[in-house]
Formats: sequence, structure tokens, C-alpha cells
Amino acid sequence: MIGIEHYIVVSAILFVLGVLGIFLNRKNIIVILMAIELILLAVNINLVAFSAFLGDLVGQVFAMFVLTVAAGEAAIGLAILVIYFRGRGTIAVDDVDRLKG
Amino acid sequence: MIQTIAFYLFAVLVIASAVMVIMSRNPVHSVLWLILAFFNAAGLMVLVGAEFIAMLLVIVYVGAVAVLFLFVVMMLDIDFAELRAGFIKNFPLGIAIAAILLAELVLGIGAYRVGAIELGTPDGASAPLLDRSNIESIGALLYRDYIFLFEAAGIILLVAMVGAIVLTHRKGPADARGQQDIGKQNRRRPEEATVMKQPGIGKGVDL
Repeated sequence: MIGIEHYIVVSAILFVLGVLGIFLNRKNIIVILMAIELILLAVNINLVAFSAFLGDLVGQVFAMFVLTVAAGEAAIGLAILVIYFRGRGTIAVDDVDRLKG
Repeated sequence: MIQTIAFYLFAVLVIASAVMVIMSRNPVHSVLWLILAFFNAAGLMVLVGAEFIAMLLVIVYVGAVAVLFLFVVMMLDIDFAELRAGFIKNFPLGIAIAAILLAELVLGIGAYRVGAIELGTPDGASAPLLDRSNIESIGALLYRDYIFLFEAAGIILLVAMVGAIVLTHRKGPADARGQQDIGKQNRRRPEEATVMKQPGIGKGVDL
């Protein structure tokens, strides 16, 4: 029998994999953005699972809003990536020091 | 029984493809694995009856975001071998942080199973809107109780779209088609852009 715990475990593993992906691919910003998408997917699975578990549809509504923000974030992130590549010819994150932060 | 098999199939596939997303050498392969992960996550959501979010995941993520990723990965000419250089160096730190995070999450699940926190009425039978379909009930909830959040989401998408266009718009040569001088447009005043003419009857005007 599948319970809420199974869904929580799957989304926890997905979340951890997303964080691990950010650490492993520190230089490749495209894979970092994909890892962020994985993290948001884990959040969405959690929201939907609890929505079904508690019989409350608000979780699914908020999963939709998370989806919206994730889509906007991907669009802006990739646009920044494109103009950065146009100016520097590389996307190595380690070399992003123009702002001297 | 069939739900159990389907759940384990989707769960194993979504985790395996997430592993491949972060371990794959070629970012194009990463994007393709990401698409598989989204499909299987949509399957997981269908299993609990959230058809609308599942279809949204397939349409928005696989149809738009993943294709955007693929487009950018293929458009930029990048030496990916060089970007892999820090992989081994960051491996122990990454594994350590992942292990700590997973341990904390497992601890949280264990604490939840003891059952101290009452979040709601988890008897499973209290689903209030089950006489209608998933999409119908979400629509009613979204357009009645969350209409302002819904419009805010629309504004976020609009701002993201305008921002992406402004960021990536390439300046062409002067007086090219599509070239826009915002300062010039803002400096323009009605009195220097238009003139009032009173034409006499039966006569034209000199411009």
C-alpha cells in the first residue's frame, strides 16, 4: 500500500539530488539551473502529495504558482546566460567576478 | 496492486533520471534525462489524482522549459570538457552535504511517523470537492479564492518575458528596422511633434 511516506521519500531524494547536482557541477551553470528545476520538482511533488493526502486542493493551486515562478526563473536565467556567453565566450561560473563581489 | 507497481516504476525512474541529470557528461543528455524525470513525476502526480498539475508539468516543463534549455545548450558553443574539471574536487563536499540533508529529511519523516503533529484531518475520506473533476475544482478554487494570486502569477510571467527579451535583444546598426531609442522617445514632447492647423473652407493646408 502506497502512503504519504512513499511520496515524501521520493521528493526528499529528488531534493537531495538537486542540491548534490549544484555542488557537483559548480562550473556548469546550465546543469546548476537544471538542478534547481529538480529541487522545484521535488517541492511540487510534496505539495501535490499532501494536497491529495489532506483532501485540500490549495496544495495543487500553490504547485501551479511554483510552476509559474520556475518557468519565469528558467527564462530569465537562460537569458542572463546567453548575454554572458555573448560577452565573455565562456559560461564558467568561477570566472564570474566582474562585479568584484 | 497495479498502483503499487506503477508508483515504484515512476519513483525509481524519476530518481534514476535525476541522478543522470546531475552525473551526465553532456548537458544535452542532461536535458533529455530531465525531460524523462518530468514525465515520471507527472505520472506520480496522476497516481494521486492531480491530473491538472500533471498535465501542466508535461506541457509547461517538457513543452517549454526543457525545450528552452535544449535550445540554449545547443546554441552556445561551449567546451564542456573544461567545465567538468571541478567535478572530482567538489565530490567529497557534495556527498557530505547531500548525506547531511538526506539524514535530516529522513529524521523529519521519522518524527512525522511518530505522529506528534496534527496538520489537518488525514483520514483520507475528507476530500471536500470530490463530486467534481480535479480541473473543475481547481478552477473554482483558483478563480474564486486565489484570483489575485493568479493575476500576480500572470504579471510575473509578463515581467519574465519582457526581461528575457530586453536582456537578449541585440543592438543592430543605427536606423535599422526594430531599432529603438528610448531616450529619444521620452524626450519627444507633443508641442514639437504635432502642429495645429485650421484649414480654410475649400482649401488645403501647407505642411
